[in-house]
Amino acid sequence: MLLGGCDVLRLGVANHAGPVAEAQWHLLLIVGAVLVFVAAPVWLLTPLIAWHYRIGKKGNVYKPKWTFSWPLEGLIWIPPAGIVIGLGFVLWHYTLALDPYRPLPSAEPALEIQAVALDWKWLFLYPEQGIASVNRMAIPVGRPVHMSLTSGTVMQSLLIPQLAGQIYAMAGMTTQLNLAASRTGSFRGENTQFNGLGFQNQKFEVLAQTPEDFGAWVARARAADRPLDAAAVDGLMKKSVPPEPILYSSAPPDLFQTLIARTQEPSR
Amino acid sequence: MTEPLWPAVFGRFGWMDLPFVRAWQELSVSEIIGAGAGGLVVVGGLAVVILVTWLGRWRYLWREWFTTLDHKRIGVMYVVIAFVMLSRALVEAVLMRMQQAAAINAPGFVAPDHFAQLFTTHGSIMIFFMAMPFLTGAINYVMPLQIGARDVAFPLLNAVSLWLTAGAAGLMMVSLVIGRFSTGGWTGYPPYTELAFSPDVGPDYWIWAVTLGSLGTTMSGLNFAVTIYKERCPGMTLMRMPMFCWTSLCTSILMIFAMPPLTVATALLALDRYLGFHFFTNDLGGNMMNYANLIWLFGHPEVYILILPAFGVYSEVISTFSSKELYGYTSLVIATMAIAVLSFTVWVHHFFTMGQSANINAVFGIATMAIGLPTGVKIYDWIWTMFRGRVRFSVPMLYSLAFMMTFVLGGLTGIILAFPPLDYLVHNTLFLVAHFHNMLIPGLLYGMLAGYNYWFPKAFGFRLDERWGRISFGCWVVGFYLAFMPLYVLGAGGMTRRSQAVFEPAFRPWLYIAGVGALVLLSALVTLFVQLWVSIRNREANRVPVGDPWNAGGLEWSIPAPPPAYNFAVIPTVRDRDPFYGEKQAGNPYPAPKRYESIAMPANSMTGPALGVLGAVTAFGLVWHMWWLAGLGLAASIATVIARSFARDVERLIPAAEVARIDRRWRKEIQRAKPIGRVVEGTPTNRGLAEVEA
Repeated sequence: MLLGGCDVLRLGVANHAGPVAEAQWHLLLIVGAVLVFVAAPVWLLTPLIAWHYRIGKKGNVYKPKWTFSWPLEGLIWIPPAGIVIGLGFVLWHYTLALDPYRPLPSAEPALEIQAVALDWKWLFLYPEQGIASVNRMAIPVGRPVHMSLTSGTVMQSLLIPQLAGQIYAMAGMTTQLNLAASRTGSFRGENTQFNGLGFQNQKFEVLAQTPEDFGAWVARARAADRPLDAAAVDGLMKKSVPPEPILYSSAPPDLFQTLIARTQEPSR
Repeated sequence: MTEPLWPAVFGRFGWMDLPFVRAWQELSVSEIIGAGAGGLVVVGGLAVVILVTWLGRWRYLWREWFTTLDHKRIGVMYVVIAFVMLSRALVEAVLMRMQQAAAINAPGFVAPDHFAQLFTTHGSIMIFFMAMPFLTGAINYVMPLQIGARDVAFPLLNAVSLWLTAGAAGLMMVSLVIGRFSTGGWTGYPPYTELAFSPDVGPDYWIWAVTLGSLGTTMSGLNFAVTIYKERCPGMTLMRMPMFCWTSLCTSILMIFAMPPLTVATALLALDRYLGFHFFTNDLGGNMMNYANLIWLFGHPEVYILILPAFGVYSEVISTFSSKELYGYTSLVIATMAIAVLSFTVWVHHFFTMGQSANINAVFGIATMAIGLPTGVKIYDWIWTMFRGRVRFSVPMLYSLAFMMTFVLGGLTGIILAFPPLDYLVHNTLFLVAHFHNMLIPGLLYGMLAGYNYWFPKAFGFRLDERWGRISFGCWVVGFYLAFMPLYVLGAGGMTRRSQAVFEPAFRPWLYIAGVGALVLLSALVTLFVQLWVSIRNREANRVPVGDPWNAGGLEWSIPAPPPAYNFAVIPTVRDRDPFYGEKQAGNPYPAPKRYESIAMPANSMTGPALGVLGAVTAFGLVWHMWWLAGLGLAASIATVIARSFARDVERLIPAAEVARIDRRWRKEIQRAKPIGRVVEGTPTNRGLAEVEA
């Protein structure tokens, strides 16, 4: 039970597998340390003072009319204000540095992936490779990934806890997310925004592979004789939870833009 | 149902909208639970009707309670609504915890659709029909007494607010029996709640219940603010007001400014759903981001609407039970006002992940952290209030201490969430769920329960049972930690909120602990009712007719318990902060009036209950597209208001002789009572007359 208890953290940012999640984890440690320092006085003083000044105890000072002290006032306003200002600088710096829209520094160009939120699955389009995939997102280790997201249905939110934070996917709009994997592995991705009866099943796998394996995966996809044609897209738009990930050998290059434009038409 | 008559009369209602029929047709545990809940509402409602009829108390209820404009009774009725709704929403929470513990790589016993209704009703009820009525009831009861007023500024409006809230709460209950509720969560985010994705009646129930409730709350806010501005007794300057009145004022201001965005949001969503508008739809230029802004422009101030009154309660309770005046009054006033103002500057932190620029997120993140500053100051002010005091660990004080310890933890995780890069990770996960329960259970529920234990003797004339109060307190605290600490861990592991099933075995131990915690919280609720039952049974031994059981300083303690309808036989004149405390020190806390005068009080009116029922009927008609019913309800509502405006006889005079009789009887009680010290206030010797220490 106890050993099993720690496993849960291995699924999250504590077990980060990429530079974005790693930076977020470090930020969490910094903020957490400062905050324990901030909260400790309250956790210590509240029980100590309450117990020390309990009514039954003899010999205590009792000053019912004592209601103000400038030094104490200074102590409870100024240092906390200083901490908030200090944390404000940290926050500003990290918010800009970890802006999901900011490309990751790298010599290599980022791999483009277009993610479409559907009920109750994710469609990943690889415009450079011309392939597509449902519920499995393969990425090469070490190369940054630039994702564009939209939704073919209600709002959803894409989160891969071990790689990066989440961003909403909204119909008719594009959001962006930059991430990268620093080691190979299979990581859990999910939609975190409730979108109906299949919500709890809407998980996907992020497969971080060596560049060679990724190349092989793309080749395998292309070899499969399963194009993402109009009929296949219509099938995906229907509410369903695919039992297995699906690979498509080809996808229309403008599908992402088409799906964004489609939501602006009168509803069918 | 093919004939045109049926839809004209019953709108879109069909037999399958009854949970009993559904359970009969497709037998499953989930449907049985649904039918059971519906059955409970029907049987419970019938039982109450039969009981009241059997006791022959309809006339009494109608005259003394339903039609009353007395702020005290309206306050009590608000709290009754809060307790009823708390019971339902807590049971729903337990069901959800049990389901998640059972559904690890298994279907569990609650179907996804049912589960989604559970988290939607749980959230909607806890916010709109538990928390809001509880704090509105507390303000209603206490604030006019504290400022030396005989009633709120607009007593009739007060009743209308109450009954609109009651009507909305009733609609929530009806949704258990007829039809289904929304599955879109308590914030009802479109486009999921639009017709294209949720064509059923669920979102409509949500829209109209929330709209009715929010109208009532807006009017309550206006009422309270005007009461505080205009109805204070002579000498009660703003800076002499008890802290609870200050937090009530800030809450009222927030209600006035924060509820309209909600009403607008639900109204626009209703236009989308009923008249084919496209405010938040996916197509034809609709944009749900506008909804997110509107709902959180309400939603964030709402958090402080909920928490500030509890802060006021804690200020009163900690001062009283530390046997000491409040430390840093001015500081607390400034901090409260700062919180109220800042609460309007942080709403974007509810959707850092919507893709706006990093600069915008950073600004709102820093604003969010800034709120922590005045909040922290308040906590320290309460610590310094205990400093050099004489602390009694009575039930309200225990809640206050548990609040301080626990709330700080919630504040801590709140700062974590204020960092946009960290919010990206745990937004929409159980970490967030743990955080806001960590704020609202200590920051609202503990406060309201502290206030309930603290002011109950004032309202009903006898103290609540201390022993059962402590047991209940223990369950609320232990249950909270067991139920919500695991959620922080699960959220850090990436477990999303609102999951009907779970596919990670690693979540199992934590979900089990949380499940146990939920059961402990349920026993906390049960023991709370046991406390009430035991207290009513032993009421004779615990009576405090003189009215000052805790040796406290506010004006509300200077009058009998329970107070007469007119509160103060003579409107008091205040010379200082903690006025009653000062008078006790000066040695003349109960000056006999030179002469008694007749007092005019607002006469009973059936306008409130009529508008509440008609509002609910209109809403019900709209939900089911029974247009005739909606039209009838609306027309009757307007007619009621017009009819009321012709009423001339809206006051009832309490003759001077009657005032004198009531007051003299109370003065006899004072003479009979023996002053008691603070150490023995929990014993039957306490008759509500406090011994003044040298």
